[in-house]
Amino acid sequence: MAYSAKVMDHFTNPRNVGEIENADGVGTVGNAKCGDIMQMFIKVENNIITDVKFKTFGCGAAIATSSMATELIKGKSIDDALKLTNSAVVEALEGLPPVKVHCSVLAEEAIKSAIADYYKKQGIDKEVEMPCDCHDCACGVEH
Amino acid sequence: MEKEKRIYADNAATTPVLPEVVEAMLPCFTELWGNPSSLHADGQAAAEKLIAARATIANVIGAAPSEIYFTSCGSESDNWAIKGAAAMAKNGRNKIITSKIEHPAVMNTCKSLEKDGFTVAYIGVDEKGILDMNELSSELDETTAIVAIMLANNEIGTIQPIKEIAKLAKEAGALMFTDAVQAVGSIKVDVKELGVDMLAFSGHKLGAPKGIGALYIKKGTRVKNLINGGAQENGKRAGTENLPYIVGLAKALEIADQKLPDMERVRAMRNRLIDGLTKIPYSKLNGDRDMRLPGNANVSFAFIEGESMLLWLDIMGISASTGSACSSKSLEPSHVLLATGLPIEMAHGSLRFSLSHMNTEDEVDRIIEVVTEVVAKLRAMSPLSAEAQNEAVYVK
Repeated sequence: MAYSAKVMDHFTNPRNVGEIENADGVGTVGNAKCGDIMQMFIKVENNIITDVKFKTFGCGAAIATSSMATELIKGKSIDDALKLTNSAVVEALEGLPPVKVHCSVLAEEAIKSAIADYYKKQGIDKEVEMPCDCHDCACGVEH
Repeated sequence: MEKEKRIYADNAATTPVLPEVVEAMLPCFTELWGNPSSLHADGQAAAEKLIAARATIANVIGAAPSEIYFTSCGSESDNWAIKGAAAMAKNGRNKIITSKIEHPAVMNTCKSLEKDGFTVAYIGVDEKGILDMNELSSELDETTAIVAIMLANNEIGTIQPIKEIAKLAKEAGALMFTDAVQAVGSIKVDVKELGVDMLAFSGHKLGAPKGIGALYIKKGTRVKNLINGGAQENGKRAGTENLPYIVGLAKALEIADQKLPDMERVRAMRNRLIDGLTKIPYSKLNGDRDMRLPGNANVSFAFIEGESMLLWLDIMGISASTGSACSSKSLEPSHVLLATGLPIEMAHGSLRFSLSHMNTEDEVDRIIEVVTEVVAKLRAMSPLSAEAQNEAVYVK
C-alpha cells in the first residue's frame, strides 16, 4: 500500500480520537456499505473550535484523513474551518493514492456536517454547502 | 505490542520458491540451456529433461504425460481452457456454466465470451460457499458447452464437489473444466478420480516460481490453440519451452505431493487459528469449516475495515490478505464473500490467512494475539459498536 510517511504517521498515531460529551456539533458521514464512516465532534466557544474529536470506521486513508482534518481545524474559527477543502487535507498528508481521495472528501464533509449541526443547535439560520451530494462510494468530487 | 520476526501467512497469494526447487532449476540455466526442439546434443539434453518433468507432473495428478501442457501461468491456463473449448464447441452448444465465486481469470474470461455471443450462467453458492447443485442441474442442458467450476476457492478455501459436478456435466454432454490453482499442492488432486476434461494449475502457489503454469487436457478433448506459432507442446501451445521453470514446477509438485500427509499438521494449526480468531466477539468464519483447503482461514470482524487491519498486521510483522474493497481499485468488496450472502459491512472487515508447512504453532498463536489487539484498537476508534449498529443511521 503506497501511503506516504505522513499518512502512516496519522494512521498509526491518530490525533484527537474519541468523543466529546455534550459536543456543540456532531457530524456523521459515509456509510458502512461503502466501507467508511466518519463521525466528528466539535466544541465551539466564541466562534472558535476549541476542541475536536473523531471516530472512524474505514481504511488507513480514512483514519489518517480524519486525524489530519481534526488537526487542521482545531483552534480555527468556524468560518476558517468551513474553508477547509479535501485537497488541503490531501496536501497536508503529502498525498493520497488516487483511489483514496474520496476519504479526504469524506473528512471535509464530516467537518461541514458537524458545523451544520452546530448551527442547527444554536438556532443559527445558515446553510453549509457540502462538497458533493452524490452517493457514490468512491466519490472524489471533480464530477 | 513488540516487533518480532515476520510471519508469512499469505500462501494463497504466492509462496517462496523452495531451495530444492532452485537447486533443480539452476543447471537448466547453466548446462541444459539448449532448445528442446533442436536436434543436436545440446537441444536433446534439454528435451530429455523436459520429458522427465512432464512425466513427473503427469504422475502426480494421475494423467498421461501427453495430456500435460505447459503455460506461462494459471491465468493463461484458465483462458486457454475456456476460450479454446468454447471455440471448438459443437453447433447449438453456446452456453457456459460457471460459478459466482470464480477467480477473475475464469470470471472475466467467461465475461469476454459473453461479448462473443455465448450465454453464461453464474451459479450461486450457499453461505459456506458450496455450489448450488440444484441450480447447476437446472441450467445444464443440450446447449451447454462447458462447465467451469473451481476446485477450491482462493479466498474462503471452500472445496467444491467436482467429481459430482463433472458427472452431471458429462451426462449433459458438456466439457468439464476446473481451475485447481489453489488446490494442487495442498490437497490430493487426481484428474481421473475427479473425472474432469481439463484442469489448470500454477507453479507459484506450490513452491515453484511465478511464470509457469500448466493445463491438463484429457486425450481427445478438442481445444483450439490460444498461442499460435511453432510445434511445441505437441503443436498445441507455441513458444520455446521454459525449461528451468518447467523443471522447477515438476520438482515443487513432487515435493508438495510427498508432503501431503504433513498437511494434516497444517490443518490442525489452521483450526487452532480459526478457533482463536473466532473467540474475538462479533467475528465470523467465512466458508465451510471442513470442506476447505487445509491452510485457509478467512474471518470477518464487525465494525472495522480490512485494510486498516492489514496495515496494522503488516506493521506488526504479519503478512495476510483482505476481501475488503479498500484494498482494491474497484472499491467493491470481495464478490466471493458477497456471493455467500455475507452482509457488505462484514465483507469489508474480512481477513484471509493462508498457512503452509513453513508456519509454526507459535506463529499461529502470535497471529491470534496480534489480531485480537488490532481488532480492539480499531474498534476503540470505530463509530460503530453493537449498540450504534442497531441505530443504523449512518447514511450520507
